[in-house]
Amino acid sequence: MTQVSMTVNGKPVSGDVEGRTLLSSFLREQLEMTGTHVGCDTSQCGACVVHVDGAAVKSCTMLALEAEGADVATIEGQAAPDGTLNAIQQAFQDHHGLQCGFCTPGMVMSAAALLKENPKPSEAEIRDYLEGNICRCTGYHNIVKAIMAASGQDVSAIAAE
Amino acid sequence: MPKDHGIGASPKRREDVRFLSGTGNYTDDINIRGQAYVHFLRSDLAHGKINGIDTTAAAAMPGVLRIFTGADFEGVGSIPCGWQVTDRHGQPMQEPAHPVLAQGKVRHVGDPIAAVVAETREQARDAAEAIEVDLEDLPAVVDMKAALEDGAPKVHDDLTSNLCYDWGFVEENKAAVEEAFQKAAHVTTLELVNNRLIANPMEPRVAVGDYNRASDDSTLYTTSQNPHVIRLLMGAFVLGIPEHKLRVVAPDVGGGFGTKIFHYAEEAFCTFAAKALNRPVKWTASRSEAFISDAHGRDHVTKIELALDADNNFTALRTDTLANMGAYLSTFAPSVPTWLHGTLMAGNYKTPLIYVNVKAVFTNTVPVDAYRGAGRPEATYQLERVIDKAARELGVDPIALRRQNFITEFPYATPVAVEYDTGDYNATMDKLEEMGDFKGFAKRREASEAKGKLRGLGVNCYIEACGIAPSNLVGQLGARAGLYESATVRVNATGGLVVMTGSHSHGQGHETSFPQVIAEMIGIDESMVEIVHGDTANTPMGMGTYGSRSLAVGGSAMFRATEKIIAKAKKIAAHLMEAAEADIELKDGAFSVAGTDKSVAWGDVCLAAYVPHNYPLEEIEPGLEETAFYDPANFTYPSGAYACEVEVDPETGKVTIERFAAADDFGNVVNPMIVEGQVHGGLAQGIGQALLEGAVYDENGQLLSASYMDYAMPRADDVPFYSVDHSCQTPCTHNPLGVKGCGEAGAIGSPPAVVNAVVDALQSAGRDVTHIDMPLSPSRVWQAMHG
Repeated sequence: MTQVSMTVNGKPVSGDVEGRTLLSSFLREQLEMTGTHVGCDTSQCGACVVHVDGAAVKSCTMLALEAEGADVATIEGQAAPDGTLNAIQQAFQDHHGLQCGFCTPGMVMSAAALLKENPKPSEAEIRDYLEGNICRCTGYHNIVKAIMAASGQDVSAIAAE
Repeated sequence: MPKDHGIGASPKRREDVRFLSGTGNYTDDINIRGQAYVHFLRSDLAHGKINGIDTTAAAAMPGVLRIFTGADFEGVGSIPCGWQVTDRHGQPMQEPAHPVLAQGKVRHVGDPIAAVVAETREQARDAAEAIEVDLEDLPAVVDMKAALEDGAPKVHDDLTSNLCYDWGFVEENKAAVEEAFQKAAHVTTLELVNNRLIANPMEPRVAVGDYNRASDDSTLYTTSQNPHVIRLLMGAFVLGIPEHKLRVVAPDVGGGFGTKIFHYAEEAFCTFAAKALNRPVKWTASRSEAFISDAHGRDHVTKIELALDADNNFTALRTDTLANMGAYLSTFAPSVPTWLHGTLMAGNYKTPLIYVNVKAVFTNTVPVDAYRGAGRPEATYQLERVIDKAARELGVDPIALRRQNFITEFPYATPVAVEYDTGDYNATMDKLEEMGDFKGFAKRREASEAKGKLRGLGVNCYIEACGIAPSNLVGQLGARAGLYESATVRVNATGGLVVMTGSHSHGQGHETSFPQVIAEMIGIDESMVEIVHGDTANTPMGMGTYGSRSLAVGGSAMFRATEKIIAKAKKIAAHLMEAAEADIELKDGAFSVAGTDKSVAWGDVCLAAYVPHNYPLEEIEPGLEETAFYDPANFTYPSGAYACEVEVDPETGKVTIERFAAADDFGNVVNPMIVEGQVHGGLAQGIGQALLEGAVYDENGQLLSASYMDYAMPRADDVPFYSVDHSCQTPCTHNPLGVKGCGEAGAIGSPPAVVNAVVDALQSAGRDVTHIDMPLSPSRVWQAMHG
């Protein structure tokens, strides 16, 4: 066991981990922050996306020890302290961008990373960026729409809601 | 103006807030103090004889609490099948045992051989690797035709063959169908494969067993669409735990799509082991494990023939199908290729004579059971493909051929034993033609061709039978369960309501849509209604969510219970206002006396029921709580017309979906936003089946597509924005809400539209391609073009 320390959603945390402990396991099992989900074991589905030092990372593909000293942001830290959803979260609710909710934490974190690097992405750019996030419920229509809306684009012309 | 509350409005989903903020409560989020972890050692052979299992070294490894093998489950029940199909000759299907852990033989890659319970997940996994299994490789059967040949290796030694059943429907029509084919002016024949799929809800399955030695109570937390069904199957048939000593909880569940209906070995194991060890026992599937242990879907090989007269009227239909059951009979597997498939072969058409033959086959593969649509996509696909092929052979417009043969008068009794109550197939086709801008297609094709691409338009119709199902009917057909639904409506003293429903929500948004119905009935705000589901301890016995049944059956139970509440509340209101009960009206959350200005608020009546100081105690009991069980009189029959436009790159064979339009008739709609979301998701799964997804086994029974690296899930850039519409509404006549069910339509209706479109594209370039089997991967399309 090795001690690891990092900052998660602005709070310093530490714990003892094995060399093989994944960042996703550390968050879910040791910190009991179960908002980050694990949907596959091949780094494909993206349900586990968090931000490490500002970059979107699949936390099932990073060892906890690799995050030593890092600044980690998870879905639990996205809303305001009073619970008010941020613009992306709110757009997902407004546009029915989630159904079962399991892929949602990763979708929201990926969307946040996308909008940081590309504040007004086109439909094609959003679809391309989400290549690493699988959703089985929504058919992606309302996820893409929600991200466009969160970036301030007019989505009223997009078919049916 | 769209409504902003009640039935027909689209309020934002209340469940979204917890899902968006990371505070959902999925089964893997549940950790019980003192819990141990189980890791299953699974067979890496498709068929093998277990000559011995040596656990000595593994048992001595750090943290190991106990290692279980099949020997520990001798005397424990077999995992039951919930449906018995009777074959053409009146004999019951062959029904093999399905042990919790393998007994003597393994029958598919993934079959669990041993289970290690240890203090940590990692210790359990490490120890499982140290178990030595002497496994003798036996020849495997993977292909269904090969499995039925004389002398084929048998999946189950104690059965006479690998044939589960040979089902004929309607057997009495067989000769008349034969005669109609002999008289036909034209016969179109098509052989096709409905590809094997893996449901892949994004949340892998999880089970946590817990046991209280003091009270002898067992609890199972599980990723299920129907916790009461799991309690009944596991308690009564596998572990012998009476229902009052067994609680099953399915909390937030991350998608189901059918594969979380069934009772699985891992659920029984965790419940059993928790008692054996007096410790909570948790299992979380990896995705790799899910691929080889979740029941798969579809996997039919079919020959369909359509007979037409000289005027292009459909005169008869005949279809022969081999349906893969896999190695064991999953909970509802036998019903899928039979009663959920054969009864749909009339589709939207007045074909007078139909005969369906299905042979269900055991193979050394993962069990196959219901996946979104379950039998109905298989029926729709073959029917809508053969009609399209017939139109091309006859040189007639495929839409005109369909319209000519539409059923137009309702109710309509099909020759395959169901009666459609309502529908208007011309209306949805009219709507589709408008949405799809078919008039503009020629120009769009020109534009594609100018880029060097081929463009095709594919259209199809669908009908489905959902809102499953009338218990007396399904009982005659072999179901070993009733298919009613239940609801208890509890009114609190201050007027708020809690609805405890047997339906289960795993993405469908019941917590939002169900209150819309009750709020409308009483005339109160939706925020006054709370939905409780997913826990056998606090909901009435219910059958859960699948077969697009929640609103049609569960919502109807809730409606009936609320009617009882209103009837009793009117009695109380009559007493409070000293009026006759018959004169009491309920509107906008207030009871009034007809023709007077007397009125009493909903909340005051509720308070009187619980503080019965001024109350007719001699006539009615205090309190305001009612339960209803609703058993539907018939299936509901949603229908629609779908259109897909594709571009095909002739250089690579790659297909892209350029436009997709869906015109559905779901009857009345409670929450349009949720309904459209359901259609979107179904469309993506149907497009996935048509273009991307396929579970592939090699000849030795190894699943080659066993991860997201190999099984192509639809991703955001594989699908377009969809155009969907549900304005054509012919309400269901036999449930109180007039609703039909929308959860499966997209997955049922979309695959033939995609394939019809690709065939259209290739034919536009003069290629003589009449069919390509799904998934229409670039290599398959390219080979078909250059075949």
